[in-house]
Amino acid sequence: MSDFAIQTESLVRRFGDFDAVNGVNLQVEKGEIYGFLGPNGAGKSTTVRVLCTLLAPSGGRATVAGFDVAKRPGDVRLRIGAALQEAALDPKQTGRELLRLQGRLYGLPKQAMPARITELGELIDLTDALDRPIGTYSGGMKRRLDLAAALVHNPEILFLDEPTTGLDPVSRAAVWSEVRRLNEQLGMTIFLTTQYLEEADELCGRVGIIDRGRIVAEGTPDALKRSVGADVIIARVAGDAAHLGPVIMALPGIQSVEAHGTELIIAADNGSAAISPVAVALNESGAAVRELTLRTPTLDDVFLELTRTHIERADTTETDR
Amino acid sequence: MSTADAGASPTDRAKASSDSLRARPAGFARDVASIAGRALRGVPRDLEAVTPPIFIALFFFIVNIATLERVTQSGASGFDYTAFQMPTAILLGVTGVSRAPALVLDVQNGYLDRLLMTPIRRLAILLGHMVADVTVAMALTLPILGLGFALGVRFETGVLGVVAFILLAALWSLTFAGFGYAIALKTGNPAAVNSTFLLFFPFLFLTTSYVPRSQLSGWLDTVASFNPATYLLEGFRSLVSSGWAWDDLGKAMLAIAVLGSISMTMCFGALRGRTKRR
Repeated sequence: MSDFAIQTESLVRRFGDFDAVNGVNLQVEKGEIYGFLGPNGAGKSTTVRVLCTLLAPSGGRATVAGFDVAKRPGDVRLRIGAALQEAALDPKQTGRELLRLQGRLYGLPKQAMPARITELGELIDLTDALDRPIGTYSGGMKRRLDLAAALVHNPEILFLDEPTTGLDPVSRAAVWSEVRRLNEQLGMTIFLTTQYLEEADELCGRVGIIDRGRIVAEGTPDALKRSVGADVIIARVAGDAAHLGPVIMALPGIQSVEAHGTELIIAADNGSAAISPVAVALNESGAAVRELTLRTPTLDDVFLELTRTHIERADTTETDR
Repeated sequence: MSTADAGASPTDRAKASSDSLRARPAGFARDVASIAGRALRGVPRDLEAVTPPIFIALFFFIVNIATLERVTQSGASGFDYTAFQMPTAILLGVTGVSRAPALVLDVQNGYLDRLLMTPIRRLAILLGHMVADVTVAMALTLPILGLGFALGVRFETGVLGVVAFILLAALWSLTFAGFGYAIALKTGNPAAVNSTFLLFFPFLFLTTSYVPRSQLSGWLDTVASFNPATYLLEGFRSLVSSGWAWDDLGKAMLAIAVLGSISMTMCFGALRGRTKRR
């Protein structure tokens, strides 16, 4: 099991009669950014709390950094950092005090802390605010400080539970950029839960989709999108489109063509590659093209296909279980 | 989020320092000291937690003397009501003063979870707060003692008696704080923690707070005989007025031990419940 940064086997976490996590199997490689995608209440945060040793598994097994979370939680804690869904901060401490205390609790040498705090302050762009009480910070600043607190001891594995929920677009982009940098430059394994499709698409090498406590699909974002079907090109022309169907169907890479009045719905293996030949063919057939659009499947389509439910969009801020 | 500057980027520097920054258990004593330090730093930012008790203690110290001194001293020659009242003021000042309200906020805002994800020993979280409480309780006795000295109170047991008095007050405060921590950790509810002051009344008023035991009668005397605060007050008063009365001091310590064993069992049980990964 120790070859993986995170591995679970039939992981179960039960609350009374309710299985919040119900047989989850995960294998996250070292140095990977793994996205855990799902709607509110799917079991994302519960899984993270088990992996971070805050909850014990009710069944199955989980190892983090090679250590069993149930049997060796102390070893796990030394190797992980976590920024949970709500920034877990003490509003009456200053940012510097909070980071210093974190460093002390992780046994870092006292003389190394001033330099480390300076580094982290620069990393999260909070140097000027570090001596202010955390209660005076904005939501974005709190998130960033929370991230810094998770990084004080240079963890091997970083858990981020909905790190951008409630952030404005600028702060969100900044968090994305930092996550990428930590992964690329420090080789940190990052396990990230999100309900935002863009986030998973933007950051994650692989994505697991969780629904009602079970992983219903897993793979790279592209592979998952491909799994739900072809790209779709929609052509709107002047007049009846029915006679154009055979012309388009004769092109390479076209799976199907449906005509609905003035509209052609064309399914293609690779929409980006097919859209030019489609435009040329329509033009050569004398059709007056009013509109030509390409629509590739999204992770929302994947989720819809698998669960009959839409994932929340990035402008919602509800919380997960 | 990250700023580029001349030379290495913050991330590069973070990478460079990663070898020297390896997490390891800090050790129990360092854990306790870290938590105590944080709790003590919080006291001046949370003055509303310590100002009212000390104000109430000083206020009633003066008012009670003014109200009852003549009545109580008229019946017994040599009876010093100011010395008699000082322990009552101490109890008013230190009973229920703790960092339990801060701990319950840690539970609420998730900061306790952050602590629990570090290698800290769970016991150190509570003990660190208690070390801070003992320090604060000792500090709170000083203005009351100062007022007592200003009003002419002198210790029959001398300087060592003053030290014993302060330690006894701190132990009592800690004993009572245990109930606050138990409620904080059990409920995670600030309102429930604030309600611990209700415990304050029977302990502090169904006893010899205002008059000596010989002046109590009927049901109040019976209730007072079961109240640990009665024996604590007698211990305090013996240090001030009687000298080293080991019988009284022993009873005071026993009262603290009995009540403390209950409150500590409750609060450490609540800590176990809160930090158990259920």
